[in-house]
Amino acid sequence: MSGPLPVQEPAPIIGPGHTFETITDKISAVVLTRKTPRGWFVGFGIGFALLMLFLLAVTNLVFRGIGIWGVNIPVGWGFDIINFVWWIGIGHAGTLISAILLLFRQEWRTSINRFAEAMTLFAVACAGMYPLLHLGRPWLGYWLFPYPNTMAMWPQFRSPLMWDVFAVSTYATVSLLFWFVGLIPDLATLRDRSTNRVRRVVYGLLSMGWRGSATHWHRYETAYLLLAGLSTPLVLSVHTIVSFDFSVGVIPGWHATIFPPYFVAGAIYAGFAMVLTLAIPLRKFYGLEDFITDRHLDYMGRVTLATGLIVAYGYMMEAFMAWYSGNTYEAYMMYNRFVGPYAPMYWALIVCNVLAPQALWFSKVRGSVPGLFIVAMFVNVGMWLERYVIIVVSLSRDFLPSSWGMYSGTIWDWSTFIGTIGLFLTLMFLFIRFLPMISIFEMRTLLPEAEVKEELA
Amino acid sequence: MPQIFHPSTNTVARVTILGALVLLAGAGWAITAISRSGYVTGAKVARRQPVPFSHKHHAGQLGIDCRYCHTAVERVATAGIPPTKTCINCHSQIWVDSPTLEPVRSSFKTDRSIEWIKVHDLPDFVYFNHSIHVNKGVGCATCHGRVDQMNLVWQEASLQMEWCLNCHRNPEQYVRPRDQVFNMEYEPPADQVALGQRLVHEYRIADKGQLSDCYTCHR
Amino acid sequence: MDTRDATPPSRGVPDAATIDLTAIRARLANGTGRQYWRSLDELAETDDFKRFLEAEFPREASVFDTVGRRQFLKLMGASLALAGLNGCTKQPTEKVVPYVKQPELVVPGQPLFFATAAPLGGFGTGVLAESHMGRPTKIEGNPDHPASLGATDALLQASVLQLYDPDRAQVVRNIREIRPWNAFLDTAAAVMEKHRPTQGARVRFLTETVTSPTLRNQIESLLKQIPKARWHQYSPVGRDQVRAGAILAFGEPVDAVYHLDKADVIVSLDADVLGAGAGSLRYARDFAGRRRVLDEHGAMNRLYVVESSPSVTGSAADHRLPIRAVDAEAGARQLAAALGLDVGIPSEPSLPAEWVKAVAEDLQQHRGAGLVVAGDFQPPEVHALAHAINEALGNVGQTVAYVEPVAASVDQAQSLRELVADMEAGQVDVLVMLGGNPVYDAPADLRFAAALQKVGLRIRLGLYDDETSEVCHWHIPEAHYLESWGDLRAYDGTVTIVQPLIAPLYGGKTAHELLAAFTDKPERTAYEIVREYWKGRAGAVDFDLWWRKALHDGFVPDSAAPGKAVSVQSLAFAKKAPAAPKAGTLEVVFRPDPTVYDGRFANVGWLQELPKPITTLTWDNVAMLSPATAERLELSNEDVVEVRFDGRTVRAPVWIVPGHARDSVTVHLGYGRTRVGRIGNGAGFNAYALRTTGAPWAGLGAQLRKTGERYWLASTQNHFSLEGRDLVRSTTLDELTHHPHAAHEGGGHGGQDLSFYPAHEYKGYAWGMAIDLGSCIGCNACTIACQAENNIAVVGKDQVWRGREMHWIRVDRYYEGDLDTPLIHAQPLPCMQCENAPCEVVCPVNATNHSTEGLNQMVYNRCVGTKYCSNNCPYKVRRFNFYRYSNWDVEALKLVANPDVTVRSRGVMEKCTYCVQRINAARIQAEKEDREIRDGDVVTACQQVCPTEAIVFGNVNDPESRVAKLRANPRTYALLGAELNTRPRTTYLAGVRNPNPALAQKEGKA
Repeated sequence: MSGPLPVQEPAPIIGPGHTFETITDKISAVVLTRKTPRGWFVGFGIGFALLMLFLLAVTNLVFRGIGIWGVNIPVGWGFDIINFVWWIGIGHAGTLISAILLLFRQEWRTSINRFAEAMTLFAVACAGMYPLLHLGRPWLGYWLFPYPNTMAMWPQFRSPLMWDVFAVSTYATVSLLFWFVGLIPDLATLRDRSTNRVRRVVYGLLSMGWRGSATHWHRYETAYLLLAGLSTPLVLSVHTIVSFDFSVGVIPGWHATIFPPYFVAGAIYAGFAMVLTLAIPLRKFYGLEDFITDRHLDYMGRVTLATGLIVAYGYMMEAFMAWYSGNTYEAYMMYNRFVGPYAPMYWALIVCNVLAPQALWFSKVRGSVPGLFIVAMFVNVGMWLERYVIIVVSLSRDFLPSSWGMYSGTIWDWSTFIGTIGLFLTLMFLFIRFLPMISIFEMRTLLPEAEVKEELA
Repeated sequence: MPQIFHPSTNTVARVTILGALVLLAGAGWAITAISRSGYVTGAKVARRQPVPFSHKHHAGQLGIDCRYCHTAVERVATAGIPPTKTCINCHSQIWVDSPTLEPVRSSFKTDRSIEWIKVHDLPDFVYFNHSIHVNKGVGCATCHGRVDQMNLVWQEASLQMEWCLNCHRNPEQYVRPRDQVFNMEYEPPADQVALGQRLVHEYRIADKGQLSDCYTCHR
Repeated sequence: MDTRDATPPSRGVPDAATIDLTAIRARLANGTGRQYWRSLDELAETDDFKRFLEAEFPREASVFDTVGRRQFLKLMGASLALAGLNGCTKQPTEKVVPYVKQPELVVPGQPLFFATAAPLGGFGTGVLAESHMGRPTKIEGNPDHPASLGATDALLQASVLQLYDPDRAQVVRNIREIRPWNAFLDTAAAVMEKHRPTQGARVRFLTETVTSPTLRNQIESLLKQIPKARWHQYSPVGRDQVRAGAILAFGEPVDAVYHLDKADVIVSLDADVLGAGAGSLRYARDFAGRRRVLDEHGAMNRLYVVESSPSVTGSAADHRLPIRAVDAEAGARQLAAALGLDVGIPSEPSLPAEWVKAVAEDLQQHRGAGLVVAGDFQPPEVHALAHAINEALGNVGQTVAYVEPVAASVDQAQSLRELVADMEAGQVDVLVMLGGNPVYDAPADLRFAAALQKVGLRIRLGLYDDETSEVCHWHIPEAHYLESWGDLRAYDGTVTIVQPLIAPLYGGKTAHELLAAFTDKPERTAYEIVREYWKGRAGAVDFDLWWRKALHDGFVPDSAAPGKAVSVQSLAFAKKAPAAPKAGTLEVVFRPDPTVYDGRFANVGWLQELPKPITTLTWDNVAMLSPATAERLELSNEDVVEVRFDGRTVRAPVWIVPGHARDSVTVHLGYGRTRVGRIGNGAGFNAYALRTTGAPWAGLGAQLRKTGERYWLASTQNHFSLEGRDLVRSTTLDELTHHPHAAHEGGGHGGQDLSFYPAHEYKGYAWGMAIDLGSCIGCNACTIACQAENNIAVVGKDQVWRGREMHWIRVDRYYEGDLDTPLIHAQPLPCMQCENAPCEVVCPVNATNHSTEGLNQMVYNRCVGTKYCSNNCPYKVRRFNFYRYSNWDVEALKLVANPDVTVRSRGVMEKCTYCVQRINAARIQAEKEDREIRDGDVVTACQQVCPTEAIVFGNVNDPESRVAKLRANPRTYALLGAELNTRPRTTYLAGVRNPNPALAQKEGKA
């Protein structure tokens, strides 16, 4: 799964000289005592402004129609589904880190799982917008849900979009629960440490009367493990089903059995890239280097590299099958990607997703913060391009040349895309301001003196 | 340190959780009920008309056949709302100066149509054809109810898709002998299903699949 | 041309920039085997990167904020609507308004059909107009009428939309004032009062070509009262050349009527017999009737075409040779000489010798069964030569018959010239113009508009308050033919009484009524006038019976023009060889536009958006060039050039047309209207500005100057290469006789059903369609018939350009062979109604699914608009309402909507339904009669309109049905059937051509 266990070099996963108090102080201070830095306001401001742009774009969309976008016949899906898949992909790391690494007892996950999960939630929130927005008549979106109705009609259960509805909503729900359950003990800590009444009441309500008694801890552990078990398969299922949206289709470039594994890998790849993108500035900004240590970055680098290689394999297989199948249409699809009007997109994708991450073979790069950050950025862009290539390029030239056409995003496509980034940032900034971005109590379990407890629990 | 919450908070919390569930269920039930209620479907609501024409009197007491006014019902999609002329046929003889019939007379004089309120109003994307139903042994009363007992006509059925499909999926439960189609008093026999199955065969009523094809009603 | 539009808004499809033609030639040369290609861009993939850049960085992105909005408003006025699709909501309270006294026949909900005739260029075509409760909604051909035989063309189909056009003139206008009709009657009376003493010496009447016996009689009798008054005729698309040709050959004017059903070998000298002209529908039907090869023993006619720009006829030809229009005469002489006629041959021949030799031999071998047709727009000499050849080959009386001229026979150019001269000389006080639009379309050298200013009183009857009306004192709104009483004669002279289906919507008057105003009985209605005229002539015992029958049948029996025995006087005119037109000098060719004709249909949205047969362009006209010429002049698509001819210039966008003659630029008339309405104003450029009496149809010495500007054009198909995919299959008669299953190479015939899902079983009917590519000539009539039948919206240039046109059946075009003389293939593409339909499984809400009779049902009111079905459709026949394209605002346009088809709202998918409303109508009728639906009971709109009967629809479960038989034919193949196992219900019959063995090798066809 993730990078190999570092038996050989036990570099610390938590900075030296920390005690229970220091950990608690340091993390809770961000929320409670420390003065909100100006940078936060700037960042939040930007995020919020973009969120407003999103609202504008959506309003315009609902009033005027899907035509404000660049979509047409043959290219019926554009930015909408590209962004949907992109965000969903990003939304994968969180659960992976929390659930799977938890089950694998990867201690190093503790300092990053909290905001990774948050990131997941917010990414899924952004993704969730698109299936609704891309409808010609969004106000009828509820028809996708099977419910007893006066039309005596059921949805088409053979349709992957139908499956998406379940996959994504389940994923969103479970991730939310997982995240919230994880938060409870820390919320209690915040409740107890906060001086002002309003905060105490709010955190109090959220922490649901947590007192930290042995029973509480016992049930907590059980619940948390159960949820972890629950969400593990989801990590695989969601993007598998998203990939069905395409692989069930007949369009060359869509109709491929390799899609599920290749999409899941891609998702994790994208997810880790995004975690890096967020973690690096965060630790710098809040001076959390001793919690999110270089070793963390190193591991994340390795995971990124590993998944990156799987993705690269996926690309290779696509090309190979196009040739090996001997099918005119498949072959042309690949030819079109290589030299067609959108070829620059394809080659940019290769550069971002295949070449760039090779740098991660070198521990120097994994060790250098800016290095990692740059690679992560490449991957973020690359994964977006990947979806662009899969969706737009395949559709723009399918079977009958008479119906071939070109696609390009309009200003409204871009506004909607950037708008969701705004939504993401806004939520993210609110999160780091009002909730502990690193799990306090789990960090404490990393301390040597916590060992004993660990075994008892 | 001082308690933030009063002990009762625990109970409150529990109740809230339970209440939420009850509330959700209730909402679900309400929506289902409302979407089928007369408020939405317009069923069972007698419509006020420019002329208080009583089917009860004309069709019921006087026993005028449906087809005397709704002439097209056996031939085309629309049953046909009678032209003013039809009213005048009789009302040039009887009730010639009844004030309630003034709109009819003036319509005939001024050659301006009476604007009736549509009682059975399907959406424009639904293509219902009276003639085929009448010809296949679907009685007027089956959909319109006992019009001969209504003073001001109301819409008997919900006219919702599930209602249409109910018959299109099980015609044998509703069809009657052709000669009974216009009979308002007709009561289905005890062995309706047996009779129905026979008639479905006899009248070459299409199989359920075809009857519930979308294109049967939507184009 | 409106240069403000020169910069396009954001473009998904970037313009087809510079094309490397040498590269193309190279590619074609290396191409192995049969090689199809669609257009130049696909061959020269040189500008792909430019495309990409432009696609990624739109110049200007918002859709409707600039050019877009203007056009959006336009198109809002262009398409039509009844009601929206608000699923499962509360029904608003609606009123139901019955008749007071119900008329006989009218049964609400049941359409009625009335026989009448539609005019075009003065000639009539018999049609049946469908009327729903008094509003005409659809035009069908009249099966009993000789010019129609049940078929119609795009223009006739669209005429019903013109009837309702809200931009039509609606009031009687004097200068700028709205006046009552009576006010005009007084004026007319005053005119007669004033001019009777002078016998109307200073009064003139100007009409278009007149075939109407009544109208002709009216004018003549009016001229009896004022003998010195003059009657002039002018139509921009007139038949002067034909007339002159007949006079040149026979010494008197006669009309030629062809019998293509009797012709084995047809040679067209720049004649678009099948695509344009009064008789084209009949000719196309007869032509196709001789090409339908259903087994290896089939026989087939052969068509040779020489022409300048590719026409419908040219694309259907077995051998097509592009030559300049001005070289056609030389060609005709070569052919005549080869056939032993005593004519001079120009020093430099325009046709290759072996070609002429082969054609001549072919004609010789088919004496009496051959036919040489000269194009309406060719000079008299060509016509005379054609007549001579036909006579020499004994074809006269067989494949061609001569009849008395059908229309009032005058030299129109001369007639107009005289009128203008009189006007300039100030000898005209009163000019009455019945129809026409001379200010817009008169030859440029006559300066009609200027001369018109010298006329004291200008009276105009016109459908639109247009360019001509603008400068007239009186404008009288003209009644549309569907609002009029009248009579018309068809190409063969057959008379049809034109009867109205609806009272004039906009208070229009007919020419009959306008002329009556100048008589002592000014109040007479057209009905009285027409009826009275025929009362005198019917010669029937019971006139009422005769009248009713004529109206009912849609034509007057035995009214065809009487035959005329004529023979060629002498070929003296052709003795001495003419100075051959200089090769290499550029000619300009004028042709009526295939969709807006001479401009009279410029405001009809359906026609503006109908792809032009060869170029598939919409909403514009262009300067068409051959690839070679474009290469020489370094021009590429969408370059704006200045076309200079005879000292006059217009600016026009270039469009490169493979198969176009070299050194020739073709421009279509009818665009650049300035005062017609919201749809037509400002679309395209006005080619009339170049056209002179000296060169009405073609002229040498044109020059093109590149302006460096670009003008974006919206073509519905302009995309890349077929890469050797066998989507369009065609064979030759020869191949077919030896090897009948040729069409199945590459599979796609039947194929066993491999599917995860249980196969559908069809117990009852199983609807299917067979399209014969051998018969289809690609006239596009099906596209617009479908649009009329199914309430399909018009979306406007900008949206077409974005790939959002809504047509349910499109006609794809493919080129085969080399760049200069390619074969052109047409392939109509409706929904394939697959049995294993990719669209069905992916719709999350079941809005598109499979019916028990095998139709892919598309339920608009269930559709939420995911567009997944369209993405997954390998044929891309689905259409999406990206905006609310249907017009819900213009009352007049609601009237044209077909009440049996839902009008689609914003955000829903739509597609071909196999005209399910017609299937259901037939089903209900059959069920009521307790019988099965008979073969032929259901006729789809595209099938009904088709002049060549290329489309056949029916129940494939009935082995006796025509469609079932065709599906069993060895020529049948399923598009992508082998690759995708979609099992389409729409299947194709591979095209068949009949090349002359003597030439086939030379032209190197596969």
